[in-house]
Amino acid sequence: MPSAILGSYREQSEAVRARFERLKAREIMLEVVHLHKNFQSPGKTTVALKDINFKVHRREFLCVVGPSGCGKSTLARIIAGLEEHEGGDVLLQGKPVNGPGSDRGMVFQGYSLFPWLTVRKNVMFGLEVNGYGRLEAEREALQWLQLIGLEKFADAYPNQLSGGMKQRVAIVRALANQPRVLLMDEPFGALDAQTRLRMQTHLLEIWRKIDITIIFITHDLDEAILLADRILVLSAHPGEVQELIEVPVPRPRGLLQTVTAEFLATKARLEELIYIHQPPAEEGEEDYPIVARMTNVTDSVE
Amino acid sequence: MSTPHWLQVHRALTARSRLVFGVLSIVLPLLVWSIVSYVPAVWHPQVMITNAGSVTYLDVGAHMAREAFESEVADARAEGRAPPQGVRANPVYLPSPGAVLKAFYTSFRTPPETKDGEWLHQSLWHSIQIIFWGFLISSIFGVPLGILCGAYAAIARLNQSFIEFARYLPAPAFGALAVAILGIYDGPKIAIIVIGTFFQQVLIIANTTRKLDPALLEAALTLGTKSRQLLTRVVVPGILPDLYRDQRILLGWAWTYLIVAELIGTTSGITWFITQQARYQHFPNVYAGIAMIGIIGLGTDMVLAVLGRRLFPWERSLGKSA
Repeated sequence: MPSAILGSYREQSEAVRARFERLKAREIMLEVVHLHKNFQSPGKTTVALKDINFKVHRREFLCVVGPSGCGKSTLARIIAGLEEHEGGDVLLQGKPVNGPGSDRGMVFQGYSLFPWLTVRKNVMFGLEVNGYGRLEAEREALQWLQLIGLEKFADAYPNQLSGGMKQRVAIVRALANQPRVLLMDEPFGALDAQTRLRMQTHLLEIWRKIDITIIFITHDLDEAILLADRILVLSAHPGEVQELIEVPVPRPRGLLQTVTAEFLATKARLEELIYIHQPPAEEGEEDYPIVARMTNVTDSVE
Repeated sequence: MSTPHWLQVHRALTARSRLVFGVLSIVLPLLVWSIVSYVPAVWHPQVMITNAGSVTYLDVGAHMAREAFESEVADARAEGRAPPQGVRANPVYLPSPGAVLKAFYTSFRTPPETKDGEWLHQSLWHSIQIIFWGFLISSIFGVPLGILCGAYAAIARLNQSFIEFARYLPAPAFGALAVAILGIYDGPKIAIIVIGTFFQQVLIIANTTRKLDPALLEAALTLGTKSRQLLTRVVVPGILPDLYRDQRILLGWAWTYLIVAELIGTTSGITWFITQQARYQHFPNVYAGIAMIGIIGLGTDMVLAVLGRRLFPWERSLGKSA
C-alpha cells in the first residue's frame, strides 16, 4: 500500500502525543548500553548482538521484533541474566545487573511451570524462595490467582491445565515476586489463534492495572503493534537496532483497531524494515524456485 | 485379506486380544512343559526302574538310559533270567509341572536336611535381608553421588574415570577379597551386592539428573532462586519420579547378584536351600526355589509400581507407565 494513502506512521494524534510525553517523563527503568554478544562455535565466532542501545521507561510496554536469527531471544536472556555478554551494560534503575534475579521476571514460550507443584505452590515458589512465610505466601498467591480468575484451579497440577491457563499461571508466578521488569519471550507462540487473542487482551488488562514494565519478544507484527507503546526493531546477522518505533495507535487497543490507518501504516513500516532490508539468507533459505507445471495446460485452477 | 490388527506394527491391542495373548503367555509354556513331561512319546529318553528283576546293580527308582535298559532286558531274556521292568521317564533334572507345584508346598514343610540348617522360610527371609542391606548401603552413597555428578559437571568429571572403569569389574571376582576383609558370614555377601549395584547406580542416576529440563532451572533462577537452592528446590523434586523408576530397575539388578553373593563365604539363604536340594537330587525343590526368587522379585516390583503411581500424582495424567 503506498504510503501516500496510509499517511506516515510517525504522525501522532494529540492523545497519543500526550501519552508519549507522560511515558517519557517517567524514570528510566532499564537501560541497555552498547551491548555486544558473541557466540563461540568450534572454528568461528558469530556476532549475535552488536552495539544495542535503548532505554525503557517505567510501566512502558516495549516489544522487540525482528527476522528470525536477529537475537531477540538472546537479548531477553541477557537482560534476565541467563546469558553472559561480551561488552556493554544492562542497567536496572541505574545499577548494572549481575546474573538472574527476582527483579527481572521472565515468562517462557514453554510455560516452564514446575510439574511437581500445584498451581498455588507454583505461584508461591518465588515468594518462598525470597523468604516469605508460608501463610503470607499462600495469601499472596491466592490473590494473584483471583486476579487471573484461576483460583478454582489452585490445587490442580500444571499437566491438568490448558495452554492458555498454564501461561496465565506462569505470568502471575513471575508477577507475584513484584519484579521491576517482566520479560516475555514469545509467550503466546505455542497457543492457538483464539487463545492468543484472549491472552493479549488479558495481558493488556494486567499491565494497565499493575505497576509493571514489560519487554515482550515476538515475531508476530500484529501482536507487537496491538500490545506495544514502542517497538524495537532488530536486524539479523548481526543483531543491530534498526529503529525504535513509537506506535501511533491510540489506547485502549482492541481488535477493531487492526484496520485503522495508524495500525496499517505501522505494519507497513515494520514489514519494510524486516522483510525488505534483509541480508543475504543462509544456505537453503534463498527465494524458493518457480515450480514447473505438471498438469495439463488447459486444466487451470485460476 | 488385510493384516489382522495384532500383526500391525505399533497398533494397540483390543481388550479381547490383550486377554487372549495374556492368557496364552502363561498357558503356552505350561502346555509345552506338560506335554514334554507327561506324554511318553515325546522325548522321555530314560527309564525309571520299577522292578530290578535279576539285574543286581539296579535299584527301584533309579534312572538309566533307554538303550542300556533295552540291552539289559534283551540280555536277561536271552539268558532266561527275569528282565528288569521300568516306565519311560524324563531325566531327574526335568521334573513335571505337577512335581514342581507339589514342591512349592512340601518344601516349606520339610525340616532342614542338616541338624543346624534353616527352614525354607528362614532362608528366604535371610536372602531378603541381604538384598535389603546391600541395596540400602549402595543407595545411601550412590543416589547422592549420582545426583551431584548429574548436576555438576566438575564432580562428574572427577569421578568419571574411576566409575566407568569399576563398572566393568565383575562383582563375584571380589569374593575372596570380601571374605578376607569381612569374614565368612553376611558381610561379604552384602559387599558383593553393593559392588554390583553401586557403580551402575551412580551412572544411571547421573544421567537421569542431567535429563532434567533446563528451562525449569532457568525459570527458578528468574524467580530469585540462588544457585545453592537449585539442587534442593528444583533438581531433586524434578527428577523424583524418574529416580524412583531407576531405583526399581536397579533393585531388580541387585536381585540378580543374590545367588552369586550368597555363595561367598558360608552359603546361606535361598541359595543354600537350592544347592542343598540339588545335592540330594530333589530337583522339583530346586525349580521351586528358583521360581520363588523370581516371584519375590516380581512381586516386589509390582508393589513398588503401584506405590509409584500413587506417590507421584502429577505423572498420572501424562499416561506414563510406572
